[in-house]
Amino acid sequence: MDEHCRAVAALIFAADGPLSLDRLCQFFDCSRSDLRPVIGQLQELYAIQRGGFYLAEIAGGYQFRTDPDLAPWLSKLNRERPFRFSQAALETLAMVAYRQPVTRGEVEYLRGVDSGGVMKTLLDKGFLRILGKKDVPGRPLMYGTSRHFLEFFGLKDLGALPTLKEFSALDPMLEPLLEPSQDPPAGATLI
Amino acid sequence: MSIEISLHNFDGPLDLLLHLIKTNAMDISDIQMVEITAQYLAVIEQMQQLNLDVAGEFLLMAATLIHIKSRLLLPVVEEIYGDEEELDPRAELVKRLLEYQRYKDAANSLDLLPCLRREVFLRQFFEADADGGSSGDGGEVGGSVSVGLYQLAAAFHQLLRQSRVEFVHDIVREQLSVADFVHKILDQLGRCGQQSFADLFSIDATRQEMVVTFLAMLELVKMRMVKISQNLEFQPIWLSLAVSSAVIEPAIIDEEALGYG
Repeated sequence: MDEHCRAVAALIFAADGPLSLDRLCQFFDCSRSDLRPVIGQLQELYAIQRGGFYLAEIAGGYQFRTDPDLAPWLSKLNRERPFRFSQAALETLAMVAYRQPVTRGEVEYLRGVDSGGVMKTLLDKGFLRILGKKDVPGRPLMYGTSRHFLEFFGLKDLGALPTLKEFSALDPMLEPLLEPSQDPPAGATLI
Repeated sequence: MSIEISLHNFDGPLDLLLHLIKTNAMDISDIQMVEITAQYLAVIEQMQQLNLDVAGEFLLMAATLIHIKSRLLLPVVEEIYGDEEELDPRAELVKRLLEYQRYKDAANSLDLLPCLRREVFLRQFFEADADGGSSGDGGEVGGSVSVGLYQLAAAFHQLLRQSRVEFVHDIVREQLSVADFVHKILDQLGRCGQQSFADLFSIDATRQEMVVTFLAMLELVKMRMVKISQNLEFQPIWLSLAVSSAVIEPAIIDEEALGYG
């Protein structure tokens, strides 16, 4: 590996958070197209090497992260209990992530329950952020996911979220029932 | 009719409805309203018997279900409504259920992603072992560092220094002027160029002083004389002069002009 390549790796290693391509370009005084192959080379290198960590693209930057399959080893060193989301928090987070900008009212309609507390907690923990106010009566706040959200779930951007599936594709139990159904006239068979 | 339903924690009425539809192996686009409404009400009743606090949302859904059921009982006049889709009273409920199911599934797939501090870790995620050499009496005991008498005394002294001296006699309430604090902030910024937001407030400032300082800062931002910036989220907030310090001097800011007079 040439010195340039090693320097890029060293900078990413020493940085406090994900290092963006633009920041790296500033450091090395070169263009994005010069650096991209270098990053690609590094990513490949660490992937092949399997040295316990890999070069991940996170929230528009690059960062070294430990291999997920080593979690059992690392969690031994984790003094705090691993963080777990409640079902309510995950649902709320998913709705905001896929529909942002979204207001509290919209989330509550989708979930069918009061979500003020959950959203406040997510906001306090830095997973959500306020994007502005919606131009409707009452001027409710609009929420979106934060950079921390991307870092937490290891996503390079919102486009990297798992695709939102259509209902028929996601419930194997109901699928066979849905297919042959020829929609009996409403009202006729129900009562 | 007896229905065996284990009362696990439903996240809301939609969650409960989906659960009922699934256990009955019903087609979600063709919900048997009579059956579902009866079962739904039974669950609510069970909740009440167990003295669980039934949230209003669950009752609202019960009302909605009964409403839909009763509308289905009414004869359908097809000439009036052209489109059969729209006249199914269940349409909105089905739409909401499908939508909810989508996000519930999305939530599960989010949870399957390797998360920070659960599956994936960064450098410095745990503290390095306490360095034994630096302090005489700092040894590791059962995973935490023991505190010596000296550290304890030092910590107490630090707290003592921070505590405010109490005044015994009455003092006249001080009228603080926003204009004065505006000048104070400008002075400070003129001297050091930039200052962190936290440093703006002295530790022993009273509530009143803090409020007036904050107001003064907001005024300065409004006048575009001070810029507020932050390098990254959760990092210190910095104040810096937005104009050269020479410009400030002639500008006389008084209480009247600020509208506090």
